[in-house]
Amino acid sequence: MSGTPSYVPKSAIGKWFESRLPIMGLVHSSFVAFPVPRNLNYLWTFGAILAFMLGAQIVTGVILAMHYVPSATEAFASVEHIMRDVNFGWLIRYLHTNGASMFFFAVYVHMFRGIYYGSYKAPREVLWILGVIIYLLMMATAFMGYVLPWGSMSFAGATVITNLFTAIPLVGTGVAHWLWGGYAVGDPTLNRFFSLHYLLPFMIAGVVGLHIWALHVSGQNNPEGVEVKDVERDTVAFTPYATIKDLFGVSVFLIVYAWFVFYIPTYLLDADNSVQANPLVTPAHIVPEWYLLPFYAILRAIPNKLVGVVALGAAIVLLAFLPWLDTSSVKSGKYRPVFRVFFWLFVACCVGLGYLGSQEVSDTATLIARILALGYFGFLLVVLPLLGVFEKTKPLPASIADAVLAKTKPAEAVAPPASH
Amino acid sequence: MNRLTTSILALALTAMGASAALGQDAEDQPKPARQSWSFSGLFGTYDQAQLQRGFQVYKEVCSNCHRLSIPFRTLADPNGPAYSEAQVKALAASYQIVNDEPNDKGEIFKRAGTPADIFPPPDAYPNSQAAAAAFGKAPPDMWLLAKARKYERGFPWFVFDALPFDQYQEMGADYIYAILNGYTKSGDAQWNAYYPGHRIAMPQPIVDGAVAYTDGTPAKLDNYARDVAAFLSWASEPTLDTRKKIGFRVMIFLFALAILLYLTKKRIWSKLH
Repeated sequence: MSGTPSYVPKSAIGKWFESRLPIMGLVHSSFVAFPVPRNLNYLWTFGAILAFMLGAQIVTGVILAMHYVPSATEAFASVEHIMRDVNFGWLIRYLHTNGASMFFFAVYVHMFRGIYYGSYKAPREVLWILGVIIYLLMMATAFMGYVLPWGSMSFAGATVITNLFTAIPLVGTGVAHWLWGGYAVGDPTLNRFFSLHYLLPFMIAGVVGLHIWALHVSGQNNPEGVEVKDVERDTVAFTPYATIKDLFGVSVFLIVYAWFVFYIPTYLLDADNSVQANPLVTPAHIVPEWYLLPFYAILRAIPNKLVGVVALGAAIVLLAFLPWLDTSSVKSGKYRPVFRVFFWLFVACCVGLGYLGSQEVSDTATLIARILALGYFGFLLVVLPLLGVFEKTKPLPASIADAVLAKTKPAEAVAPPASH
Repeated sequence: MNRLTTSILALALTAMGASAALGQDAEDQPKPARQSWSFSGLFGTYDQAQLQRGFQVYKEVCSNCHRLSIPFRTLADPNGPAYSEAQVKALAASYQIVNDEPNDKGEIFKRAGTPADIFPPPDAYPNSQAAAAAFGKAPPDMWLLAKARKYERGFPWFVFDALPFDQYQEMGADYIYAILNGYTKSGDAQWNAYYPGHRIAMPQPIVDGAVAYTDGTPAKLDNYARDVAAFLSWASEPTLDTRKKIGFRVMIFLFALAILLYLTKKRIWSKLH
């Protein structure tokens, strides 16, 4: 889509520059002239919301790093110094901690939207896989960021997650020592986590660049799941149509974000993280942040540590194979009545696992977690491959424009009149 | 929309079933009751007189064992207890602080405190080991206590806690209030109704009449508990007043922005059809 030079510079200096580095033309074809399906709903504004959140996290993070001290003895106090003594430090820090949650909330909406509308299917497999890579990087970044305040849950979380590597046969313990920079989580661990926590967001930004590039090659999917046939009838220009809609979406999202930051800033924070880390005192009840809870529940549901770790990894890695696990040729869940039911069951499994991940271990909880984990893997490994074979899908609209018109003028446009 | 509602209902029922299945063993462990606080809600602010009373309780009772790692100067915070500069100076000077650096003879020495100093540890327990030796467990530093204590609310209450107009964020204060009022078994000073497992390392610290208030507030345990919980909430979150004030303006701005963007969007898209 960026091949056609839709941008013609008017000024002499513009022409001079464009013939040497056609960056304005790239921006113009990507964010101004880029054709967008005209039937996108508000779930499609989450791409812009995520781009905004990445920027917000980097800006607030850079400022926090100016005041934070990555040291096991001083980190905790330096965070409180930011909260109390740095001008608007409380605001920057609450924006950053709650920003992580808002970022994950948005990415989950974005991912479930992708699954519901089959956005990973050809020709968008690479686009989807890049997204899964971004998600993995986000989890690593968030986990390491959570360790930095050096509260007691930070410490417990770092210990639990790095200990997962000890499950690897033969070399596990060595790998864990290498990650820790010692024989337990300590000062060297904190310092490397800080370094990586600063590095990874820029890697995310790089992969986001590729993600957007891939998107602009294949074009956006849409709620009907039929490809653009006629650019004139089926699409609108990115600017002003998508730009203004995205801006509105971001502004509504900001209201929710601001609600968390200004009125319930510690709602998502674990109380134990307001206690400084002490290797001798472990919190009574170790829980990760909410966005990692489903995976934590899968890990705990399996009695064997190695199998548990493998299942945890598989739960994430399998997402990258969705384009091939889902065998149906119809993209949108709108036209897949059986898929739709299983999709919502899948969402329920994820939410249920998340809830169980936050609860203390009991026989009932473990049993339910196992059933829900089976549901999670069953959806990906059994339901999706089989549905492509057995599901009777509804007829697709001839084009995006037809679907839009059918919605606005139902009387005339419900397909051509039946033949006699 | 209908389908969405059904799905959300289904999710809610699943979660409710799961939480009912899990919600056992809480039989004899009552949860702290929700109290009303001046600093709760959209426009909540700290009550200056209450914070001053709370500080008095801290100073006369809690400070015998608990450290409070905040600088004296913060007590002059206009959004906090708002003591006068002179009062803070006099208060700081009444403490003996171990100087950070040795004097020119190389001796570590003690000097009178200044407003920039942090409250020193209790005389009886200069470090947490000393305190742990006496009680079996070190009394926690109180500067973040109100943030470091929460209790499980359970589904669906934790959802409502996040919503406007309910906005329950004062669990730490409620917990402190409940603990101080939880010594209800006479003859057992370490039995507490609200402490998990009921066995608390801290023997009943305060009773009716222990602190003489000067502003006419009755010298009752209930008031002590309430005032010190409010004071500790301020100590752990001194920027709450500013935060809520700025937050309200931010909200008005964002709502106006969203409405204007929506109208612009409608206008632009209306040209399409």
